[in-house]
Amino acid sequence: MILLSHEDWLAHRGRFIALWTDARHAYALYEPGELVAVELVDGAYPALPHAGAGWFQRLARDLNGHTATGATDTRPAIEHSREADGRGPWPDFKSPELEGVHQVAVGPVHAGIIEPGHFRFSVIGEKVLKLEARLGYAHKGTLGMIRGKSPRLAARFAARVSGDATVAHGTAFAHAAEAALRLEAPARAVYLRAVMAELERLANHTSDIGAIAGDAGFAFLDSRFALARERICAACAAAFGHRLMMDMVIPGGVAGDIATGGAAAILDALDALEAELPSLKRVFEDYASLQDRVVGTGIVPPSLAATYAAGGYAGRASGQTHDSRLLPGYPPYETFALYVPVEQEGDVAARIRIRLGEIPESIRLIRDMLHALPDTPIAIAPPIGSGDGLGVAESFRGPVWYWLRIESGAIADVFIADPSTLHWPLLEHAAATAILADFPLINKSINGSYSGVDL
Amino acid sequence: MWKTVARHLLSRAPLPRTADPAVVKSLRERVGASRLGRSLAIRHVPAGSCNACELELRATQNLVHDLTQYGLSFTPSPRHADILLVTGVSGRNMREALLQARAAMPEPVLVVAVGDCAVDGGVFKGSPAISGGTDSVLPVDLMISGCPPSPAQIVQGLLSLIEANEFPARAVTPRR
Repeated sequence: MILLSHEDWLAHRGRFIALWTDARHAYALYEPGELVAVELVDGAYPALPHAGAGWFQRLARDLNGHTATGATDTRPAIEHSREADGRGPWPDFKSPELEGVHQVAVGPVHAGIIEPGHFRFSVIGEKVLKLEARLGYAHKGTLGMIRGKSPRLAARFAARVSGDATVAHGTAFAHAAEAALRLEAPARAVYLRAVMAELERLANHTSDIGAIAGDAGFAFLDSRFALARERICAACAAAFGHRLMMDMVIPGGVAGDIATGGAAAILDALDALEAELPSLKRVFEDYASLQDRVVGTGIVPPSLAATYAAGGYAGRASGQTHDSRLLPGYPPYETFALYVPVEQEGDVAARIRIRLGEIPESIRLIRDMLHALPDTPIAIAPPIGSGDGLGVAESFRGPVWYWLRIESGAIADVFIADPSTLHWPLLEHAAATAILADFPLINKSINGSYSGVDL
Repeated sequence: MWKTVARHLLSRAPLPRTADPAVVKSLRERVGASRLGRSLAIRHVPAGSCNACELELRATQNLVHDLTQYGLSFTPSPRHADILLVTGVSGRNMREALLQARAAMPEPVLVVAVGDCAVDGGVFKGSPAISGGTDSVLPVDLMISGCPPSPAQIVQGLLSLIEANEFPARAVTPRR
């Protein structure tokens, strides 16, 4: 960590990832893991000019009461100011002042089986002029629950920040705890973590591609991809005892070894997916009615993705090449010559193509890693120590960052930056390029986590 | 593509699944037959979950678990629903929406809490941002535990609601 003066804090440039505060400092994180800080003066710090900083500055005020001096956006992030009976004021949603504009309110309870969030559209006819997302409905007080606990105990909360990325969150948390305690996880644990992370990527990519097709009314791809996810989850249960592999990654290693026959179950599921993937891909590319819904829909231009330093498929479909498995990189990926697909179009179709392209790569990685599993212990106990640590892991939707300060074996402070935080503003921009009926497709193609940002 | 479709039409073999008799018996005693019949529509409300329960709920509809074959289906509107299915801790920010969804449903309503968070707050028990499990907001008829429960466990739990509705074991009494 580098402590900066107020001028240097404002002048600092780079790909901004996250901002948070503790009792004495405000911290800003830039790629690929450059952490700078500035001292708080009367609970305030200078607001950063980066586009992505807005949400984090609002969050810091809601969580810790620290204000960003000079911030233009001072809406609450997750604080709803509700009474004990649950009632609370609605924010003042502003519409563009044009004739014929009206608002459409959606949520927090949605039509499908998804997380809670409120969307306020300003529309003229079908055309969306503006989208404002109100989040915070899934706020559970996760950061507060982590404070005061030992790293092993707190891993249960990291695993439940965003259930679809539980392995990635667990791994990023473990990386941060291991960095703080100067601990190195054994080689077998490192490989097993990567196998689980790639399985998680496959499960989410298959289920989400299917769900996007389902939202466009194309049930065939939905059922086939849902079946692929089911096979992967069943194999994960056979190999690691849990369909989502929750609580498997712990600081110092992994909680259990791969079961006897587990590798065979995983390889069978991969074979089934690999065999069917080309025909499913052809169906996706050949159906004009499906392509009509996804091509040119919900465009995130590369310049916008760069402004927000978008990671994962949302960034890579818009020309961003960043992948935290390569930069800053963490073991064991340096051994496996990772290929990362990149597209330029930035529409729903490009995001699907990125995910279709990542599936064969994850299949290859899992096969290679299972083949080369080192024969070492699977975990070592974390010592009771003190220190600061930064950790990253690439979830299916982008890099997950954890920052921890451990004092005498207990976590004194923590911050979690899910990639969704930088994706939600992209969704607001992309939705305003399309019609209302296309919003489910755009939302699903970016697939921000609600729970991951509500904390 | 037609070859693929034909192959999978032929190869489907749904697993027979039945409800736990003890759960059915207890449901009949506590809730009574609701006279809703064997076809129940479910309205899902996420009250503050980590989205793992949502993933597994969606998985109950896939080709393997095929919830619809038992007469259970998810509906987009609470107005058409018989079952209010709640996932996640009861977060303070979702209390109002959860109560509104319940109020929008026609009586009688069966309330099901799915997942450890909905059962009693799960790992988040004691957090000041939540009020606890679903029963801290609404009376709950059936709880399906697990973090998250597997689709098979969810299907089995929901089946007991259908079984309990099969025939009235005793006179219908007011539920609460």
